[in-house]
Amino acid sequence: MTEHAEQPAAAPHTHEKREHWSGQTAFILAAIGSAVGLGNIWRFPGEAYDNGGGAFMIPYLVALLTAGIPILFLEHAIGHRFRGSAPLAMKRVHRHAEGVGWLHVAICFVIGLYYTAIIAWALSYFFFSFDLSYADDPAGFFTADYLQLGEAGTVSLSFVPHVIIPLVAVWLITIVILALGLHRGVERLNLIGIPVLVATFLVIVVRALMLDGASDGVEALFTPDFAALGDPQVWIAAYGQIFFSLSLAYGIMITYASYRRRRSNITAPGLVVAFGNSSFELLAGIGVFAALGFLASQQGVAVGDLEGLAGPFLSFVTFPAVIAEMPGGQFFGALFFASLVLAGLTSLVSVLQVVSSALQDKLNLKPRTAAVAVGGVSAVLSIVGFGTTTGLYLLDTVDQWSNQLGIVAGAITMIAAAVWFGRRGHELERHLAAVSTLRPGKAWLWLVSAVALLLIYMFVDKAVTLLVDGYEGYPTWYLVVFGWGTVAFLALAAFLMPVMRWRKDIVHFHPWPTREQLKLPAEVGERHTEDYDPRSGP
Amino acid sequence: MSGSAIVLLAVSIVLVWGGLAGSIIVLARRPENDHMPEGGEDTRVPD
Repeated sequence: MTEHAEQPAAAPHTHEKREHWSGQTAFILAAIGSAVGLGNIWRFPGEAYDNGGGAFMIPYLVALLTAGIPILFLEHAIGHRFRGSAPLAMKRVHRHAEGVGWLHVAICFVIGLYYTAIIAWALSYFFFSFDLSYADDPAGFFTADYLQLGEAGTVSLSFVPHVIIPLVAVWLITIVILALGLHRGVERLNLIGIPVLVATFLVIVVRALMLDGASDGVEALFTPDFAALGDPQVWIAAYGQIFFSLSLAYGIMITYASYRRRRSNITAPGLVVAFGNSSFELLAGIGVFAALGFLASQQGVAVGDLEGLAGPFLSFVTFPAVIAEMPGGQFFGALFFASLVLAGLTSLVSVLQVVSSALQDKLNLKPRTAAVAVGGVSAVLSIVGFGTTTGLYLLDTVDQWSNQLGIVAGAITMIAAAVWFGRRGHELERHLAAVSTLRPGKAWLWLVSAVALLLIYMFVDKAVTLLVDGYEGYPTWYLVVFGWGTVAFLALAAFLMPVMRWRKDIVHFHPWPTREQLKLPAEVGERHTEDYDPRSGP
Repeated sequence: MSGSAIVLLAVSIVLVWGGLAGSIIVLARRPENDHMPEGGEDTRVPD
């Protein structure tokens, strides 16, 4: 493709040197592996509980159908049609949109730094489960004994060796997986990891449901508060949960879809990924609240009176308290933390694959070289930032800004570049229709644009809140450096990386199906009048 | 458990897990589109 206009005639054989998934199942498992992460286990149950209980499932399902699946289709369509890492695919969408892809890459780079730390904690807790080291005082063990937490809002270079050792181990495992390449590394991890994760979690949930008080916990989660449906914040929470849970707008789905063969079904596997992610989330919600019901019954309090119902404290303080009380706690503790490690690792690998893939494309690197470069630099930064006594505060701050602002901005700019300014909406809709068994329909594009408007509101609302109220009482200088500094880093990457020249030929590219085959005019943006029926033949 | 909680639990399970089962069945019945345009063959990169 030459910038915005493409070659009118189809190349009879489009050879490309790009790695491929071995098949449809491999792609689906990898995409589910990316979507199913720590957020499914510790974010969804808390969000549901806080936002109407059982009634939350109504906005949640509406959000899945009107936002989650449409944006997932958009990313899959961009990656599959324009066949590149996020920056390359976005550059092919619109010649000025490469920066959007680098924004995604920078978000993934930042998330990779702290996500590894959480997996390292889970790895430590897996071993702690064998002698239930955390059982006597889970909160004190996590903050004082394990993390050796320093003062909030400060920066320490006092390293914690027993955090750094698992952190180094997780980085080594991750670098090896990435260096093995897409087929032997990422794909194999998910082919083995996802079935094992689901089986392990099923065992945990079944056990949790058999505990005393489990039904009280499940009841607390599902008792509907229908009045909450009139609260716009509940709906925003549902859209936020779907959005963050499905790994949207990180560039992951663009990258993963770019590794599919051209003649591949896109929409139906996308539905499996979306419902698979929500299915695991629901399973996790039932299991977590059954366990919380048990803990509440042991402590003689109501489920609502328990503390630490979401976030890292759910996993590293509240759940250890459950494990300490339950029969066979050592076994189920080890299973739970092994699940966290697996769920985290499959997501972490997808996040870093975005960065690695972008460097492979931009600098013409081999997968192994890119993996070692990305992993090596990230590992050093990760250890320096999150292996210290103040790592938890840094993690909390960087996560808040990169997630709540960075990812939302990544989604808005992606939709704006592809649909509003790049005017690729109909092309992407017809692309999906041409290769898939389920046609998304014209309503899909309307939904995508409507979601962008909601995301703009969410972005402004969050930015104003963080500007006015700060965050968690941390000092202003700390939030400026590490919160807004994270946003500045993301913006710099988006603006500066496109200035660097591409070290490989990206000009000679022919999207397939051609615009002619999709009954679209040769020039992008030119008004099309011809209807397209994918069943009408070539 | 209260009746309303049981109903919401059941509806959630049917819709979410049913959605997964349904999408898997749809995909299994028709894994690929038989009416794709011509072309689009790509070569595989050796591992």
